[in-house]
Amino acid sequence: MNPSLRWSTFAAPSRFFRLADVLNPWLWGVAIVLAVAGLYIGFFVAPVDATQGNSYRIIFIHVPAAWISMVIYLAMAFWAAVGWMFNARMASMLARALAPTGAMFTFLALWTGSFWGKPTWGTWWVWDARLTSYLILLFLYLGFIALVTAIDDVVRGDKAAAVLALVGAVNIPIIYFSVRWWNTLHQGASISLTKAPSMAQTMLLAMMLMTFAFWAYAFAVVFTRAQALALERERDTDWVRALAGKELQ
Amino acid sequence: MMWSSASEFFAMGGYALYVWSAYAVCLALMLIEPVLARSHRRQALRDAGRPAPQGDL
Repeated sequence: MNPSLRWSTFAAPSRFFRLADVLNPWLWGVAIVLAVAGLYIGFFVAPVDATQGNSYRIIFIHVPAAWISMVIYLAMAFWAAVGWMFNARMASMLARALAPTGAMFTFLALWTGSFWGKPTWGTWWVWDARLTSYLILLFLYLGFIALVTAIDDVVRGDKAAAVLALVGAVNIPIIYFSVRWWNTLHQGASISLTKAPSMAQTMLLAMMLMTFAFWAYAFAVVFTRAQALALERERDTDWVRALAGKELQ
Repeated sequence: MMWSSASEFFAMGGYALYVWSAYAVCLALMLIEPVLARSHRRQALRDAGRPAPQGDL
């Protein structure tokens, strides 16, 4: 292994920028191939659900969106904390870059859940533990975005946002365990590490393919946004000047 | 094959409104977001080529 390659190698915005350029075409390729495969299996191979009919097919985007929105939140809080503690520039930029994608997936999980709840529960929305704690996740994301947008001083904005992200991280286990701790309308976890999944193999396969597709998508979009932030913040550095110079030719 | 015709597929066993509303919004947002991110990146690269305005950043 190259001895100069350390865990901190890609903490340098210039190296991160090049790494993202290399990875992004592959991430898009993986996202598209997995999404096509997942949708094909989800709509043409997976059988109709015995009790929910075809309405259950919303699961193939609902559950992946909900999972990834929570994982992105933890990643955002983690990078915000790293940026705060170690004064790592790229970490704070990553945290900012994660927020809009996390907010989008949170909105999508709420939206698709609503369109699934109507035919199965008979209502678009209920104020139960799972749905309410999950709505708070959307507000945490929006609060984070509002905070970093409102504070002009980049370093102060990063610190304030890190505090918000870390405090809000308490909500993630609350969301996850809400279906166990309280009586809720929302069903329990279909997938767990300790039990066999309570769904047909093809349904599970489609859901996993869509999950990995969403993952690849999220990495690609977040990398692109982090690149934009790096260009903005580092505009007085040589590497950005060199890149911008190349662009103008 | 699950479906005997295209119209049966689009009808989704009577759940067309719910299934397609969920998927349409998901698709739309996942197309718009990368376009916005890319234009942000392009704009940042263009701005980096110009001298920084006073008081910026």
